[in-house]
Amino acid sequence: MTVATAPDLAATLAAHRAAGRKLLVPYVTGGMDDQWLVTVEALAGAGADAIEIGLPFSDPMIDGPTVQAASLAALERGTTPAGVLADLGRISPGVPLVVMTYYNLVVRTGHRRMAASMAESGVTGAIVPDLPLEEVGPWAEAADSAGVATVLLVAPSTPDGRIAPIVERCRGFVYTVGRMGVTGEQRQLAGTALDVAARVKARTSLPVCVGIGISDADQARRVCEVADGVVVGSALVRRLLEGGGVEAAVDFIGGIRRALDRG
Amino acid sequence: MTAGEGAASGVIMGDPGDRGRFGEFGGRFVPESLVPACMELEAAFRAAWADPAFRDELTSTLASYGGRPTPVTECPRLSAELGVRVLLKREDLAHTGSHKINNVVGQALLARRMGKTRLVAETGAGQHGVATATAAARYGMACVVYMGEVDTARQELNVFRMELLGAEVRPVTSGSRTLKDAVNEALRDWVATVEDTHYCLGSVMGPHPYPWIVRELQRVVGDEARQQCRAILGGADPDVVVACVGGGSNAAGTFAGFADATSSALVGVEAAGGAAMAKGIPGVLHGMRSNLMQDEAGQILEAESISAGLDYPGIGPEHAHLAAIGRARYETATDAEVLEAFQLLSRTEGIIPALESAHALAWVARAARSGDELVRSGSTVLVTLSGRGDKDVAQVRELLA
Ligand SMILES: Cc1ncc(COP(=O)(O)O)c(C=O)c1O
Repeated sequence: MTVATAPDLAATLAAHRAAGRKLLVPYVTGGMDDQWLVTVEALAGAGADAIEIGLPFSDPMIDGPTVQAASLAALERGTTPAGVLADLGRISPGVPLVVMTYYNLVVRTGHRRMAASMAESGVTGAIVPDLPLEEVGPWAEAADSAGVATVLLVAPSTPDGRIAPIVERCRGFVYTVGRMGVTGEQRQLAGTALDVAARVKARTSLPVCVGIGISDADQARRVCEVADGVVVGSALVRRLLEGGGVEAAVDFIGGIRRALDRG
Repeated sequence: MTAGEGAASGVIMGDPGDRGRFGEFGGRFVPESLVPACMELEAAFRAAWADPAFRDELTSTLASYGGRPTPVTECPRLSAELGVRVLLKREDLAHTGSHKINNVVGQALLARRMGKTRLVAETGAGQHGVATATAAARYGMACVVYMGEVDTARQELNVFRMELLGAEVRPVTSGSRTLKDAVNEALRDWVATVEDTHYCLGSVMGPHPYPWIVRELQRVVGDEARQQCRAILGGADPDVVVACVGGGSNAAGTFAGFADATSSALVGVEAAGGAAMAKGIPGVLHGMRSNLMQDEAGQILEAESISAGLDYPGIGPEHAHLAAIGRARYETATDAEVLEAFQLLSRTEGIIPALESAHALAWVARAARSGDELVRSGSTVLVTLSGRGDKDVAQVRELLA
């Protein structure tokens, strides 16, 4: 149903950037509570330019305690990858949806089948964090044919010489890892965030969004002095885990939106 | 699939190439943040392994500090009871009581060469943690060991040992709170500390180059054993070579001495409750493509056995490959069979084996009694006794009470 109408990740982000708007991509773990779908729809209204949905995995290696807890809660509720995608297919949030999944869930489902069910659910982007450039081939081909943009990561540790081949294979936006570490809130913006964002910006025309460690409106605004946008995960997921519900999510993301628009 | 260089050159247990492939298994499935560190480690290991000075230092350290070579022991009373000739490769006699020391001394020397000042490690039974803490003490490095909370409880003494050696043991409370979760935590630590820290991985698993590095560092077990067996057997090789498999490092090191050089049958024995070969299907976890115990959706299942060191839902990628090409065969042993084998070796030979190693013995006993085609009367079986059972005595006492 949503296939024809689902907004495309690459086109939407490129257009918003061209219009001078900083990009805001909140992250929610699929199935983490019984309100998660409502939350996703509300986030679109609160100023998100795209929404990242995590498929819960038993061994979320690059995630810190907050997203781990959300994944565990989702799995304990019986959440499956197919279930999350089916749920996403039932909503029309009006902003592009990007799925974040560990690779084993893709391998188990099958590359083509996973890419096709993402597309059928109106998902137009995918982040597979444990698939670096050297291993991404089979998935990226399946995703390309299904019209799903494979978003790749660049990290502070990535040497300059590796950035060019990564951004060449990357679609939609470049997920720029702001700090060396797992997902999780940070009091201070990591010094590495601005540096890596600048290094990536100098080498790609794709939008550059910084994620991992972006924890509040002020940090988001400062990163966006260099980057095109931010991904905000743990800080939002914590509010949901604490029971803040849709209201807290909208409040928090709306606050970041206003900070980014003020510049 | 790109075949490894080894496969291309006809070598069975060779160099997996820069993509770290063992047939269709292996690879480097880690977040971009860790890719440069894995590449740096691979380059450093290639250089060190080709450097005679590094090899000399490793060999002499393993001799003067690690207690190598370890002997191969004939087992006359056990052999009489089972009707097959059993030889044991005695890794239980190595420093710290298991084969794990071979790997950690090598990795600690490599880490030092790379200018790293801190080691992190995962541990199941605690043997790899103890070995890493030992090497860290020896070389004056900081050491943090991640250990599942379930395992810190059942291997309390090893926790104290590590602390005595100056390491910090961090109990892991995520997931199943066993070995696989300790690996996750160690990887999470490494992402944040990679600049000054070496991840001292304990088995032939994880992202490339680990499965290859650890196999090469454990190869000494198989190389020594082959020569020792030839001396004992008048120039012949054993008919069957058996080792237990958690991640598979003592087995890989043992097999490496025989896979290409001999036609000995190779048998790896997993815990029935952690049988990645018997019950697993190919997938990707901890940086590698290999056989994994997982559900319909791809969620990793919890392994559960009597021995913390074998409670791992995966298996090193090279083992998945050796099985796929038919060069090795993988079997399982149940907790009950393991308890029996533990007592059998103690009673007949005066050697108390680690519960992990008892899995290998348990399969030999079952195969000998059931007339398995590999273990006929008159055949010679080499078993790698990967470790000693001191750490398990209290647990076995409770289980038998
Ligand atoms: C004595 C002993 N044997 C075997 C193992 C299993 O490891 P691997 O399969 O890597 O040899 C362990 C792990 O803790 C161990 O302590």
